[in-house]
Amino acid sequence: MEAYFESLVTAIDRALAPGERHATWLAAEDTDFVRMNRGKVRQPGHVAQRYAEIRLIHGARHASHAFALTGDAAADAGAAATAVAGLRDVLPQLTDDPHLLLPDGVNSSSETRGGPLPAAEAIVEQVLEAVNGHDFVGLLATGPVFRAFANSEGQRNFHSIATFNLQWSLYHRADKAVKHSYSGLAWSDDELGARIAQSVDDLALVSRAPRSLAPGKYRAYLAPAAMQEITELLAWGGFSARALETQQSALAKMRSGATLDPRVQIGEDIAAGIAPAFQADGFVRPAEVPLVADGALVGALVSPRTAREFGLEANGANGAESPEALAMSGGTLAMRDSLAALDTGLAIGNLWYLNYSDRPACRMTGMTRFATYWVENGRVVAPVDVLRFDDTLYRLLGDNLEALTRERELSLESSTYGSRKLESVLLPGALVSEMNFTL
Amino acid sequence: MFSVPMSREKFLPPSGLDADFWSLRFVDEVSESFCVRKNVPQPFTRVTDRGVMATVYAGGGYGYAATADTSSRGVQAALQRAAEWARATARYAIADSRKLPRPSPRGDYASPSVDTALPARQEWYELLERESLEAGLDPRIVDWEALVDVRHATHRLVTSEGGDVVQRFRFLYPSLGITAHADGITQRRSLNGDRGICQQGGFEILERFRFHGSGRRVAEEALELLAAPNCPSGRMDVLLAPDQMVLQIHESIGHPLELDRILGDERNFAGTSFVTPDMFGSYRYGSEHLNITFDPTRAEELASYAFDDDGTPAAKTWLIRDGILERPLGGAISQARAGLPGVANARADGWNRPPIDRMANLNLEPGDATFDELVAGIEHGVLLETNSSWSIDDSRNKFQFGCERGRVIEHGRLGHVVRNPNYRGVSAVFWRSLARVGNADTVQVLGTPFCGKGEPSQTIRVGHASPACVFTGVDVFGGED
Repeated sequence: MEAYFESLVTAIDRALAPGERHATWLAAEDTDFVRMNRGKVRQPGHVAQRYAEIRLIHGARHASHAFALTGDAAADAGAAATAVAGLRDVLPQLTDDPHLLLPDGVNSSSETRGGPLPAAEAIVEQVLEAVNGHDFVGLLATGPVFRAFANSEGQRNFHSIATFNLQWSLYHRADKAVKHSYSGLAWSDDELGARIAQSVDDLALVSRAPRSLAPGKYRAYLAPAAMQEITELLAWGGFSARALETQQSALAKMRSGATLDPRVQIGEDIAAGIAPAFQADGFVRPAEVPLVADGALVGALVSPRTAREFGLEANGANGAESPEALAMSGGTLAMRDSLAALDTGLAIGNLWYLNYSDRPACRMTGMTRFATYWVENGRVVAPVDVLRFDDTLYRLLGDNLEALTRERELSLESSTYGSRKLESVLLPGALVSEMNFTL
Repeated sequence: MFSVPMSREKFLPPSGLDADFWSLRFVDEVSESFCVRKNVPQPFTRVTDRGVMATVYAGGGYGYAATADTSSRGVQAALQRAAEWARATARYAIADSRKLPRPSPRGDYASPSVDTALPARQEWYELLERESLEAGLDPRIVDWEALVDVRHATHRLVTSEGGDVVQRFRFLYPSLGITAHADGITQRRSLNGDRGICQQGGFEILERFRFHGSGRRVAEEALELLAAPNCPSGRMDVLLAPDQMVLQIHESIGHPLELDRILGDERNFAGTSFVTPDMFGSYRYGSEHLNITFDPTRAEELASYAFDDDGTPAAKTWLIRDGILERPLGGAISQARAGLPGVANARADGWNRPPIDRMANLNLEPGDATFDELVAGIEHGVLLETNSSWSIDDSRNKFQFGCERGRVIEHGRLGHVVRNPNYRGVSAVFWRSLARVGNADTVQVLGTPFCGKGEPSQTIRVGHASPACVFTGVDVFGGED
């Protein structure tokens, strides 16, 4: 793939006219997707896709063309040259862009990680045999993913990573289920077996007679997967410098002194994830960008455009200024002691479909889902029918935060809108003295 | 722009494919985005996306393979890969593909005014810049943007049974969003939501929604919200404007009626449904005023088409009539699996994803009340406009939605504006509180290009046409303060 990309870039370089520059991004993957339901295969298939986005720059004018590549180097080189010519026709119709910012210097890199992976067919067979007799539903996505950048100044960045991501649920009945995943860069039959065995054990808990709780305030333990739903909502503009500067961030109040518990530390930790260490404009990402330190907002994700618009320093953020490897520091509570520390309350395995009920106040609502239990005296009593919460981050991770777990869990992004994603989160669980449930 | 191979000989399956059925779905989509933010034209972007999805039934299994290589060699390799997947998983297949329908559709479709001229690039920017300049009318307006996305798509479906369908679409998404901030309060107002205006056709779409002049109009409403009190809390009647009704229909009727959710396919991701197969034909979903149709025939609506992506001919179909649930949103394969009737709604969001059951155009049929009569019938309530927040459980029952703007209604008269209006309820009973339905004059044809679902994930275009509607006894509340 690296040689293929180089041949494409060579064609683009050759297509440039005097005074023109380019910045080119490649996003490609070869993926086997296998969708399963009721312990059977619903839709198995293969997707081979390569997209290039060429930005042609002349002075302060620029325009982009993203297009699907066939994989045939000669044909794609011709398509790239045609794209450059098309963009050349567009530029005179545009005005100078006051917010254009390009990288200084040349920072090339090449990284290949992961694999080799078992054949998807073999994984499916292993999984379905292991869950035989259970109501299993889920998705396997496996294969290599590529990201690359090049520009006319000679910078080359290449990121190749072979990953698998198996997400599944075991259902008892109706909406009573447990959810687990196995994802990573190196496959282990034993690890898969252990995780499925854990699912089966958990299924016994969720199969108990459920309890319906009245709306109200309850003590709660939020497992890392539940915390992930909260941080994914915050990722929707919360840490964006542009959103903060224009008062649209849900964390804007933290610019005016609102704080979380001083034990809360959040950062963009590229080194801990699987995202490339460069972004689509060619800016190199620092290994870590502190965002919340000691409960206070100390940083933001700054894209090149925002840097230019507001006079800030770009720090490798993508155009949406969303985190790609968000990490939250752990605390002192051992995860195995989390139910004992909860004592009586809700152990929430997963949250679902979060949104803001009052964004400036960072008040959010969402549902419990999958394995959520009523706990008494540190022991699971019953699974709980789904509950809606409506509460602010400042209470959940502020006044009401009792503890964070020492252990953290790394979760690779499982959504595959348009392409497989390279985002990840590294999060602890959280024990809160009170969480507000409304429905 | 049509680069889909037109000669069947170019994609006849390779010898030795040994398939019971195959299909090829070519997709060619070109989009251009024009945006002016805070009076600064944003970088111009064009996207060209072309590829083919090969689907094969073989040995009782089902398999697919997608590639952007639409050469004869690329297409044949994709068919072979799809056949390999079908055979490799045949013994685990959830449905015996030998018993699935083998479509042979013939026909075509074109969006209204699909070939009429649109403004040139500079004209788009000039138009958007005018609205942007009008929107930035006050220092309290801290961010704003006006944009339009223009998309052309050509889909061609060819099947081994002689099917051959060509459908040509043009979609326009004009959008305008404005953020106002003062004294610690931030309010956002938009023109019918983020890409809530999304239709098939040409420039007439912008005229239909009075895009010209919207910059100042929406900015003034954003400033009005800054000064407005918080929405009152309590149980009251709500009058939902069409740009909130579309979300209410989408989340609490559309998704729960998707047959693949009912069959369990989505349980690991988008969720299941409180609707079960035994409910069809008898379940009271809503009051007698509730009439819901799947209508791919409304020309300007976003998801109108003649055939779905499995080749099933599309027709207007009642899903809920006079409040009684009649049939689900399920395509041909789901119908065969469930033994239920359905509609032509097997859809994929591109060449690189397989079709699944989706909403397309899902509409609430108008009633007989004028807007003034809807207001006049409310003793104590609130008018809610333009969705801003959406959340619902994985069975599509317990929901909570927020809107950009509210207006109190007292004694049958519209009163002052309120900010941060929210309401919550339960789908299974909420629709039974539908008390009055607006007439055709209150209908707006809206939708969203961003409906997410599926494993692998897909974002698809859906249309919703709805009148304004009144619901009684709803739990309404405001923001944090």
